[in-house]
Amino acid sequence: MLMHNLHSILLSSQVMTGLIQVGVASLLVAIVVFLSYWGGVKLGKETAISMVRGFVQIVIVGIVLVIVMNTTIILGYVVLACMIVFAAILSKRRAQGLPNAMNISLTSIAVGSGITVLLMVLTRVIEPNISTMIPVGSMIIASSMRTNSLALNRFRAEIEAHTGQIEAGLALGAPPAMVVDRYVTSTVHASIIPAVDTLRSLGIVFIPGMASGMLLAGANPIYAAEYQFATIAMLFAASTLTGLIAGVMLRSTIFSPAEQLLLRPQAKVQA
Amino acid sequence: MDSGASSQEQDIILETRHLTRVVDQGKTIVNDISLAVQRGETLALVGPSGAGKSSLLRLFNRLDEPSSGTVLLENVDYKTITPRDLRRRVGMVMQQAYLFPGTVTENITFGPRSRGEEVSSKRVDELLEHVHLGGYAQRDVSALSGGEAQRVSLARTLINNPQVLLLDEPTSALDETTRAGVEQLLNSVMHDQRLTNIIITHDMAQATRMANRVAVIEGGKLLRIGTVEEVLQNNAHA
Repeated sequence: MLMHNLHSILLSSQVMTGLIQVGVASLLVAIVVFLSYWGGVKLGKETAISMVRGFVQIVIVGIVLVIVMNTTIILGYVVLACMIVFAAILSKRRAQGLPNAMNISLTSIAVGSGITVLLMVLTRVIEPNISTMIPVGSMIIASSMRTNSLALNRFRAEIEAHTGQIEAGLALGAPPAMVVDRYVTSTVHASIIPAVDTLRSLGIVFIPGMASGMLLAGANPIYAAEYQFATIAMLFAASTLTGLIAGVMLRSTIFSPAEQLLLRPQAKVQA
Repeated sequence: MDSGASSQEQDIILETRHLTRVVDQGKTIVNDISLAVQRGETLALVGPSGAGKSSLLRLFNRLDEPSSGTVLLENVDYKTITPRDLRRRVGMVMQQAYLFPGTVTENITFGPRSRGEEVSSKRVDELLEHVHLGGYAQRDVSALSGGEAQRVSLARTLINNPQVLLLDEPTSALDETTRAGVEQLLNSVMHDQRLTNIIITHDMAQATRMANRVAVIEGGKLLRIGTVEEVLQNNAHA
């Protein structure tokens, strides 16, 4: 049954049309890459790798969706959990020297996106079926990942730029949490800028993919707008929660038990 | 290595025992330093750039962790004292002022506020008078000159009533005119308050003006320690 489904989906006329669309889009990218060489900006290798990688990844996800669509909902949660782990691995690369980065990334993305997905499923904003949960859940996880990456990156930059003030505070006998408080606040603010901007520009600057898809599929435009708002609000909630958790965890991770700043630019350590 | 203070052990306030710090790359930046600082004296740490003076000073208030050895504060191993209490008792003035954004008062009261203590405006005014910044209480620190900022940094440390004051080249980032004024202020504060002071300087003349004894640090090691005259004589013979 499953194999039959997969077979018929893979060989459907829609898939064939999609391949032509992929070909046309790739041709356009190839032209842009060619133009970039002309302008002296070499984008060829990186673009080609990213294109192939992105295409293979999304097709594999499509196939996985076909496979899991007709099975138990537990598998949907497993797929989302795997996505959270991958998101944490990708996000922690932004940490560059921050201690405990994997733990922070995993916790903040898992809790931020996990609680949001769970609440939305329980309140039926997301239908508790795999075909809704995975696409919407993945959007929420991706948004949390972006927030976490920004938080790690910004926090490291803030700490490295203010090593002097932080150590001056410690040298006055102040608790580490108080000394880094202002940098944690600015980190959380900076990390949720994309989520805030998305919420702010909704409908004016762009009509997000989900609403576009629903409109193209002939849904009631008002319902499409309402549903899109609910989705963007979820993304915002997940991002903010992720940013806050990352902030709280980062606050303590850069200090040793003896309240010494662990994250110092190497040049200063050797001075 | 002679600690330079063996005859007056009863007056020792701070003592290092085989203090060593090795950084991640395996480089020893403080190498087996044992010295004793007497209560009320001013000890200057001198030596070329990169000798390990600042690294040693940062171990005194445990801003960095020694790889081996320890520090005794009034004969108590400092690892048994909470870092916050230790840093209140062993204050530090850094090379640059590193003030926090806000007013002069907010900076000066930072230490006590972090412990939940109230500070009266009278006390702030007294301290500001003491560092020759009377009337500056409500000024924003972004409007201060380098010398003024360093005075605020000194007042911010003094409000904690430290027993030992660590000074990491406190005048090196200042221009020549400001430097003389701040040095004069430091000299009066260090002696008025009967503080014990450890000051880093690469200027032997400044060490002569400010310190009772001098410790020469090179390559992370303590080469000599003694009165200014003894060290200068030793240098001449070396």
